Amino acid sequence: MRLLLVIAGGMIGAPLRYVADRAVQRRHDSLFPWGTFSVNAIGSLVLGFLAGASAGLPHDVQLFAGTGFCGVLTTYSTFSYETIRLFEDRARFLAVANVAASIVAGLGSVFLGAAISQAIWG
Amino acid sequence: MLTVIAVGGAIGATGRYLVGLAWPGPLSTLLINIVGCGLIGILMVLVTDVLTQQRLVRPFLGTGVLGGFTTFSTYALDIQQLVTRGHAGQALLYLAATIVGALLAVRTTVTATRALISWRSR
Repeated sequence: MRLLLVIAGGMIGAPLRYVADRAVQRRHDSLFPWGTFSVNAIGSLVLGFLAGASAGLPHDVQLFAGTGFCGVLTTYSTFSYETIRLFEDRARFLAVANVAASIVAGLGSVFLGAAISQAIWG
Repeated sequence: MLTVIAVGGAIGATGRYLVGLAWPGPLSTLLINIVGCGLIGILMVLVTDVLTQQRLVRPFLGTGVLGGFTTFSTYALDIQQLVTRGHAGQALLYLAATIVGALLAVRTTVTATRALISWRSR
């Protein structure tokens, strides 16, 4: 039953990442992987929010929305692969910028999400 | 296409959930992200250089399975939790070990897979 919740969240997160990545990337004529950057930041914001609210939310919601949805919406493999590709394409500044910006944005989002839910649930 | 990605995401999420059940904590996220990055390096070289006619392999295995298996949001949350609980040193170590390990894994498997392909086609 718990596994089914994780699966259900994952089945929403993966296609959403694909669609969001394509939509964001289409709007930017740039080598920088804005699509992956955006889903990683948004997924981290939501997961931070869920974690901050863990006392107020049932465990099932954490499994579905946290482990399943946010876990799958965000990705480390595509992020790393895109960074290495930038590096190989001699866009070394963008490669370093992608790592720095993704980590700063991911951490900032998680802290912000947790702060928001703590402000709501105390 | 979206269905293939959704099924892949469900498989990736299941794998990550089961690894997390067996070994709870940031170390399992670290391992998952590094292994997933090593695998995407192999996959991307294969779909670019060998399996050029197999149009669903990349969305299924890359976007779906490996994208869903690895996670950026849990990585960011793990760091936030370590910092919040007063383990700033461990947080920094985990932050650095994941990014260095992930990028090295992609770089190594991309290089090794390319070398293997060119060796085989000689």
